[in-house]
Amino acid sequence: MKKKMVSLMLAGAMMAALLAGCGSDGAADGAAETETETTETADTTEAADTTEAADAADAGDTAAAGGTFKIGGIGPLTGGAAVYGVAAKNGSQIAVDEINEAGGINGMTVELNFQDDELDAEKSVNAYNVLKDWGAQVIDGSVTSACSIAVSEKTYQDKVFQLTPSGSAVDCVQYDNAFRICFSDPNQGIASAQYIGENGLASKVAVIYDSSDVYSSGIYEKFAQEAANQPFEIVAAGAFTADNKTDFSVQLQQAKDAGAELVFLPIYYTEASLILTQADSMGFDVQFFGCDGLDGILGVENFDASLAEGVMLLTPFAADATDDLTVNFVAEYNDRFGETPNQFAADGYDTIYTIKAAAEKAGITADMSNEEICAALSQAMTEITVDGLTGDGITWDASGEPAKAPKAVVIKDGAYAAM
Amino acid sequence: MKTKAGRLNKTTKNDLITYGMVILAYIIVQILVSTGHVSSLIQGLLVPFCTYAIVAVALNLTVGILGELSIGHAGFMCVGAFTSAVFSLAFKQTMPAGPRFLIALLIGAASAALVGFLVGIPVLRLRGDYLAIVTLAFGEIIKNIVNALYLGVDSQGIHFTMKDALSLNMEEDGLVLIKGAQGVTGTPNDSNFTVGVVLLIVTLVIVLNFIHSRTGRAVMAIRDNRIAAESIGINVTKYKLIAFTLSASLAGVAGVLYAHNLSTLNALPKNFGYNMSILILVFVVLGGIGNIRGSIIAAVLLTLLPEVLRGLSDYRMLIYSVVLIAMMIFNWSPNVIFFRKRLQQRLTAGKKTGKEEA
Repeated sequence: MKKKMVSLMLAGAMMAALLAGCGSDGAADGAAETETETTETADTTEAADTTEAADAADAGDTAAAGGTFKIGGIGPLTGGAAVYGVAAKNGSQIAVDEINEAGGINGMTVELNFQDDELDAEKSVNAYNVLKDWGAQVIDGSVTSACSIAVSEKTYQDKVFQLTPSGSAVDCVQYDNAFRICFSDPNQGIASAQYIGENGLASKVAVIYDSSDVYSSGIYEKFAQEAANQPFEIVAAGAFTADNKTDFSVQLQQAKDAGAELVFLPIYYTEASLILTQADSMGFDVQFFGCDGLDGILGVENFDASLAEGVMLLTPFAADATDDLTVNFVAEYNDRFGETPNQFAADGYDTIYTIKAAAEKAGITADMSNEEICAALSQAMTEITVDGLTGDGITWDASGEPAKAPKAVVIKDGAYAAM
Repeated sequence: MKTKAGRLNKTTKNDLITYGMVILAYIIVQILVSTGHVSSLIQGLLVPFCTYAIVAVALNLTVGILGELSIGHAGFMCVGAFTSAVFSLAFKQTMPAGPRFLIALLIGAASAALVGFLVGIPVLRLRGDYLAIVTLAFGEIIKNIVNALYLGVDSQGIHFTMKDALSLNMEEDGLVLIKGAQGVTGTPNDSNFTVGVVLLIVTLVIVLNFIHSRTGRAVMAIRDNRIAAESIGINVTKYKLIAFTLSASLAGVAGVLYAHNLSTLNALPKNFGYNMSILILVFVVLGGIGNIRGSIIAAVLLTLLPEVLRGLSDYRMLIYSVVLIAMMIFNWSPNVIFFRKRLQQRLTAGKKTGKEEA
C-alpha cells in the first residue's frame, strides 16, 4: 500500500512538473519576446555608434510622427556562410540609418530586426516566425537561396511582402509577393557565356564548379546551355563538393591537358583563391573569369593578391567604382565595420532603398495590415525604377526578376577596374 | 482510478505515463493555440518537435535497447525524406493530400528500413564499435549521393543521371524531381502538428511494445550479455538486425515529417550531416539511454532552447553549449544523482509525515 502511494505520488508529481513546465514555457516565451525587443534596440544603438541614429530610434519609439515601419531581415549570421549574412545585415543597417536620418519612409521610422538562420531552411522558417511575432511588416531576406524558398512559402501563405537581396535560385521568386535584387543564377550563366563569346575571350573554355552548391551548379547549367550557341567550346568541366574543396589540382590538370585558354569559375571567392594559388604553383597560366561570387577575393587572408591580377568577373557591384553612391557607401561601411563591403552588403543596402521606393510609391502607412502592404508593394514594385549600388535604373516585372545590366570588371594593380 | 492504477504492473504504468504526457501536451498546446496564446515561433516549431522526438526515440532503440552506437541516423532521415518528397512531388497534382501523404510515409519508412537492413547485414555480425564507424560513413555517403543525383520524369518515363541537369535529356513537359545540390523544391506541405503527434504516438506504440515483446527481451539479453544470449539459443545477428531495421525505418518516418514541413529539401551538412546525427545522439544521451520518455523531453527542450535564446544574439550558441554541459552533469554525474536521490527521499519523507499529521 505504501509503495502504491509513493508511486502514485511520483506520477502526480511528474504530471505537476509537466504542467509547471508548460506554464513556465509560456512565461519564458513572453520573457524571450521582451528580451528580443530590448536587445534589438540595444543592437541598433550599438551598431549605429552615432548618437543621432540612436536618438532617431528613440524618437521613433516614443513619439514617431508616422509610426514605425518594421522590416524583418533573415540571413546566416553564424556558421560557414556568415560572411554573406553579416554583410547583408550591415548593408541593410546602413541604409536604414540613412533613411531614418533623412526623415524615414512617408514619415515612418524604419526599424530593422535581423535574425540568424544558420543557412538552414528549417531555422530560416523559425527566424521568420520570430519576426512575425515581433510584428515585421515586410521581409528582407533570406540571404541564401534555399532558405529564401522555404521562407517564401510561408510569406505567401501569410501574405507578407518579401524582397530577397541575394536569393538567386529561380524558385525564390515563384510567388507574386516575392521579388529579388540580385541576378538569378541562370541570368548570370547566360550573361557570362555571352560576354565570353561576344568579346572573343577564348575558344576553349574549362569550368570548375561546386556541384554541391545551388548557386554554382545553377550558373554552370545555364552557362553550358548557352555555350552551345556561342563561338567557344567547353573542353573540361571539373566539379567539386563542399566536403573536398581544398585541393583542385585534379580539375586544374584536366583543364590544362584539354588546352583551355580560359577557366570559368562560377564559385565563391574562398575556393577561387585556392584555385588561383594552385594554378600558379603548377605553372598553369590562363585567363580566369568569374561571377559575382568572386567579388571579395582581394580581401582573402594570406592570399597573394598579385595572383588575381587579370582575373575578370561579372558582378553588379564593384567597391572601387567612382560614383558618389558607391564611394559614400564604401566609406561609411569601412568606417563602421572596418572592412570593404562585398556585393552582399550592396544587395542589402539596395533592398532597403527598394522597399523605401516602393513604399513611397504605394503610399504605405504604419496602420495598414500586412496583407494591404503586401498587395500595394507588389503592385508598386513593377512601377518603380531604382538607382542603386548594384545597377542604374533597375526595374522589376511581375515575375519578381530585376532588369539591370551586368558590369564586367577586371582586377588591375590590386583593384577592380571597369572594362 | 487508484485501485486500477495499482493493479497495473510497473512497465505498463510507465508506458501509460509516456502516452499520457504526449497526449496531454498535445491537448494543452491545442487549447493554447485556439485561444491565441502561442507565438508564431512556437507554432512553427511544433512539427520539428515531433520530428526530432520521433528520431530520438528511434535512435534510443538502437543505442539504449540494442546497445549499439549509430551515428548515422540523420542519413536514414535523409533517405526517408528524399524518397517521400520525390513521391509527393511527382503525384502533387494527381492525388489528394491524405492518401498521398500516407503512401509517402510508407515509402519513406520502407526505403529507410531497406537501407538500414543493407547497412546492418555485414556490420551487425561483428562485435565492437563497427556499427558506429559504418553508420558514420553511411550518413556522409547518402548526403553526397543525394547532392549529385538528378532525377526527372516526363512522358518518356523516368530519367536519371549523376552528371548534371542537362544530361537528363528531358522532354518539354518533364518535371525535374531532384536537382542535384538544389534538392527537391515544391514539396506539398502535408505535415502539421496533429499528424506529427499521431506519428509520435504510433512510434511510441511500436517501440514500447517492441521492447516488452519476446523479440525485445531477446534484444536486451544480447545487449546485456551476448555470450549468455547465444548459449540459450538466441540468434544474435537476426535480433540485432530486426531492432536496427526498425530503428532506421522510424528515423525514415521522421524524415518524411521533416520533408513535408518545408517546401525545400536540400541535403546540407546542417540538416542531414554528421552534426545532425550527433545532435540526435545528444537527445538520447541527455534524455537517458534506454529511457524513451526522456528522449522525447530532451528532443523538445533542445530544439526549443536555441530558438528561445535568440534574444541573446551572438551569445546564444555559447549559452546553448553551457546549458548542454550543465544538463549532462545534472543527469549523469554520480554526485548529483546521489544528491538528487537524497533530496527526493527527504521530500517524500516530509510529505508522508505531513500527511500522517493531517
